[in-house]
Amino acid sequence: MERSLTVPARFTELAHIAEFIAQAGREAGLDERTLFHVQMAVDEACSNIIEHAYGGESDERIRLSWHCEGEKFVVTIQDWGEPFDPSAVPVPRLDVPLEEVPVGGLGLYIMRKLMDEVTFHFDEVEGNILRMVKRCPR
Amino acid sequence: MDISTTSYKRCELVKVAGRIDSASAPRFEEALQEVLERKRYNIVLDLSGLEYISSAGLRAMVSTQKVCKEHGGQLVLAAVPKAIQEVLDLTGLDALFTAYPDTVSAVGSF
Repeated sequence: MERSLTVPARFTELAHIAEFIAQAGREAGLDERTLFHVQMAVDEACSNIIEHAYGGESDERIRLSWHCEGEKFVVTIQDWGEPFDPSAVPVPRLDVPLEEVPVGGLGLYIMRKLMDEVTFHFDEVEGNILRMVKRCPR
Repeated sequence: MDISTTSYKRCELVKVAGRIDSASAPRFEEALQEVLERKRYNIVLDLSGLEYISSAGLRAMVSTQKVCKEHGGQLVLAAVPKAIQEVLDLTGLDALFTAYPDTVSAVGSF
């Protein structure tokens, strides 16, 4: 079973995406807390795609799909923008004085904290493919 | 996202409800900026109705806190929902904000 959603790369679609994930979570039987974590990770991922992969809002596509693998809830997010290199994003240091708290890199940091697996893959044809896994004992 | 601002003698109360994501974060940022432009640096952020905040919203909170502190004031939080508190804890940003259980105690702290 796989469900998918394709939307244009616009910030106004983020609420639509959150609703798609909420529906997915309900179908997969995720608890509220787990669902919130997945929604947040997906929201950050899609915001990054719009902002960085596509360099701002556009009519380019973002494709989301989800399925379950045993106790794993798997979300895949695909875009056809600039190749993304996660190693180029510095890990934000948050244990520093207020004036030094960084403004970038927080989204990726949150994704990695909230999900059990975050994998980026780039393919000439398929574009950027982000796979995120949340273990969810039901 | 719904946002409203109330002026008190010693502080400003900004109530934000709904979703703060990349679509709505600019409006959230503008509301906070408007308060700062009036040179009001003691701010209570009432989060009781907040359902979701993304990193874009968190960044607006951090940059507002920086300006408040530079001017001898601070941004404090009131009625932080459990899920939002978890996000603050996770990112370590909880250390940057004093949180009060309700707006009465937060406003009274100034």
